[in-house]
Amino acid sequence: MNAPTKIETTLKDWETDQEVRWCPGCGDYAILKAVQRTLPQLGADPSNTCFISGIGCSSRFPYYMETYGFHTIHGRAPAVATGVKLANPDLDVWLVTGDGDGLSIGGNHMLHVLRRNVNMQIMLFNNEIYGLTKGQYSPTSRIGTRSPSTPIGSVDRPANPCAFALGAGARFVGRGFDVSKNLPDVLKAAHAHQGAAFIEIFQNCIVYNKDVFNDFAAPKGAEDRQLWLENGQPMLFDGGTKGIALDKDNLCLKVVDVADGNWEAAGVIVHDVTNRSIAHMLVELPFGPFPMALGVLYDDPRPTFEMGVAGERERATSGKQANLAKLLGSGQTWTVSGTAQDPI
Amino acid sequence: MHKRLQSGARQGMHMATQAAHTPPEAALHQQPDAVVVRFAGDSGDGMQLTGGQFTLSTALAGNDLATFPDFPAEIRAPQGTLFGVSAFQINFGSREIDTAGDAPDVLVAMNPAALKTNLSALKPGGLIIADTGEFTKRNLDKAKYKANPLEDGSLAKYDLLAFDISALTIEAVKPFGLGNKDALRSKNMWTLGLALWMFDRSREPIHEWLRAKFKSKPDIADANIAALDAGHAYGETAELSGPLKQLHLPPVPTEAGLYRTITGAESVSLGLVAGAQLAGLPMFFGGYPITPASAILHHLARLKEYNVTTFQAEDEIAAICAAIGASYAGSLGVTSSSGPGIALKGEAMGLAIMTELPLVIVNSQRGGPSTGLPTKTEQSDLYQAVYGRNGDAPMPVIAACSPSDAFECAIEACRIATQYMTPVMLLTDGYIANAAEPWKVPDPASFEPFPANFLTEKNGPANESGDTTLLPYKRDSKGARPWIKPGTPGLMHRIGGIEKQVDTGHLDYSPDNHQAMTDARQAKVLNISVPDQAVSLGEAGGKLVVVGWGSTYGPIHQAVRRARAKGLDVSHIHVRHIWPLPGNLGELLKSYDKVLVPEMNTGQFKTVLRDQYLVDAQPLNKTSGQPFYIHELEEAIEEALA
Repeated sequence: MNAPTKIETTLKDWETDQEVRWCPGCGDYAILKAVQRTLPQLGADPSNTCFISGIGCSSRFPYYMETYGFHTIHGRAPAVATGVKLANPDLDVWLVTGDGDGLSIGGNHMLHVLRRNVNMQIMLFNNEIYGLTKGQYSPTSRIGTRSPSTPIGSVDRPANPCAFALGAGARFVGRGFDVSKNLPDVLKAAHAHQGAAFIEIFQNCIVYNKDVFNDFAAPKGAEDRQLWLENGQPMLFDGGTKGIALDKDNLCLKVVDVADGNWEAAGVIVHDVTNRSIAHMLVELPFGPFPMALGVLYDDPRPTFEMGVAGERERATSGKQANLAKLLGSGQTWTVSGTAQDPI
Repeated sequence: MHKRLQSGARQGMHMATQAAHTPPEAALHQQPDAVVVRFAGDSGDGMQLTGGQFTLSTALAGNDLATFPDFPAEIRAPQGTLFGVSAFQINFGSREIDTAGDAPDVLVAMNPAALKTNLSALKPGGLIIADTGEFTKRNLDKAKYKANPLEDGSLAKYDLLAFDISALTIEAVKPFGLGNKDALRSKNMWTLGLALWMFDRSREPIHEWLRAKFKSKPDIADANIAALDAGHAYGETAELSGPLKQLHLPPVPTEAGLYRTITGAESVSLGLVAGAQLAGLPMFFGGYPITPASAILHHLARLKEYNVTTFQAEDEIAAICAAIGASYAGSLGVTSSSGPGIALKGEAMGLAIMTELPLVIVNSQRGGPSTGLPTKTEQSDLYQAVYGRNGDAPMPVIAACSPSDAFECAIEACRIATQYMTPVMLLTDGYIANAAEPWKVPDPASFEPFPANFLTEKNGPANESGDTTLLPYKRDSKGARPWIKPGTPGLMHRIGGIEKQVDTGHLDYSPDNHQAMTDARQAKVLNISVPDQAVSLGEAGGKLVVVGWGSTYGPIHQAVRRARAKGLDVSHIHVRHIWPLPGNLGELLKSYDKVLVPEMNTGQFKTVLRDQYLVDAQPLNKTSGQPFYIHELEEAIEEALA
């Protein structure tokens, strides 16, 4: 793939003239701004950028980005985006989806776009609810969620988007939340990753599922319950007074107290974004006993699908020349001589 | 006569045979001008391979031919069972051949089950060649025979040639030291050798093919060649005393040129490659394994040097969605499936209609509903093709009538898709996909290119600040919107499945706009330029017209020809453009007293014709998973004119 030319833009260059139609106060506004703030910092070119989405509140996103955009059908954005990338690997593709779009109706496509490792950024806005269809519980809703379709509470266990992504073979898994000031950093890391980069973004649906993430994602006062992971840095939280250590007896993670900043003495481990085993533990950390793991949980690139397809094409076609006439006349043929009998 | 490929050869043959008033297939006792042979055996006996190679030798001998492979859906059905029988029928002759033939003159039965399931089709007085080595107690039981039919006189009205092919094969390959099991694998080649002798065919091309096929196992190649030669030699010996006679069918007078045999799946694949080249586009093919459509994916996967990218998707929906994504990015997106898979793609077709992106959807129809008959043919997806989507979703539909015709139809589908910015469905069926026929190789230069255009600059009026604007849904004189590749500097815009505003493409649910856009999409498709409908055989006006579409071409054509030879006033019209229909079709149909529409469904095209033209189109329906027989259509014609 050619390295794209970096160009200079401002946030304004990424805004469309379309009226934004999300509910006032929706977390989507904050995510939109975070993306529009990030792209100029990446030196991205609007002409070479393409946002592709499915159906749902989150999937209206492309209409508000002054880039190429394709608002497709429910759950199928990963498949459309795969076709786009195979046809033009140089495009910078961002996928926008939600918990219903990406993990329910489109779960199969999400599995395969991650498994194949198609080079794109996949932003899954998780609000644990179906917003655009007026508030039914979703595949990420917690047990007991009351909604029009579950009036006395849901009974099925929710899916964990990051665990799903890692299980599907994702080589980049990140997490953030709508109003977080760190979200652009996660987006930048995802963009720098060559391959399918999966980012779960907790998003507050203020109409149907208000403040369900407040314990760790409130605009203020929840910092103590956030574990921001940084490659090469100790896994510390709560102002550095607590950390994550490996419980070697039970082969799991545990919370330890850190006295006087001496994290090494407390056994706190250093985050290695390429450690897939630890990544599996991080995505599964139950919130409550543990803080919410945020930032880049895992980042270990592998060759992309497009590169594989292009490489195979090169090998298969080297020394071969396209000659349609020859192709049509291939196989076992015979020649009839003489003339036609009075064709009419 | 434009219906069948631009095949001067075929047209020439039509005239020659019409003048000769071809009789129905003659029995083998006289010198016939056409013969129908059916090879039937266990699915593991290699009957499709035998049939395929016999087809090739037939083509090389200059006979015209049509084939009908008929095999079970199970990959390895239990040996010797009735449902495990695989058959391959070929009709060939020294005159034009339109169908795989009604009743076989020769039935090769490799085991009791093959005899039992195929005997009823055999012509009275026809020849049975049976392998006595397989008519064991065990196999007779499996085929539910109480007594051995080769011995109990029940086959008295046929000629019977029964001998131990199994033992003869083992004997023939003995020098190669194969075990019995491996030796018996060459049984089909022994049988093929006998068939080659019967019809005076050269063995050399089959020898070559075997040497190439078993390049890395020369001893296997030699064993098969020995079996083939032994079968051939047996024919010469057996002639002295028995019903076996050698026949020589002279070549069909044919237009000079290069020929090959081609199946519908090959022909569609080549037509798509040609179509993409004529449009000047790379092709992206998204597919998912399904019978009988997978063969197209297999063919195209080997043609990467023709700028073809194939993608085996996770499901049918992903296959079409990826193709739509590729079209959006500037390739020619193509997807292919069969009935059930096409149903899954329905919503995405709507997206392609709404976003007005080019897309070719190939539907190799099979018996339905649901899983239906995976390996059997039917024409029952016409409603699905023309009407089967949510909302008012007009989409052009083209139907191929034969393996060779599918080539030109695929090119036509590419032309319409790219010139009108629309998905197009190309209908074939299981019969066309698998059947083979001789094909005069066309010169690619004889096709008019239709280069695709991409918008490179803003196309709208200036706004208040004097800047030119972009109108992604501004239509050209054909009603098509511009094709704008992402990555084009400065032409950023958004498209999607929500109703689009006229010209700008912005979201717009307003009443007047939806009316205008629905009308525009409808008008675009209805105004697609398709050639006027010609009469395939006969003349405009008269007592009866038989109207067909798709793979019923052969039997209808033959039946109408025979009826006309008897002096009946009947003509044949075969429709390629199912939607939109040819502009003159309504007037043409009204010029006949009666309209008969034979279809391998319960009357779908008949309904379309009635709806569009208020004509009293009468249905003639068959849904047995088998093509029409010529005599069935002849009887219907006679009845309609009685």
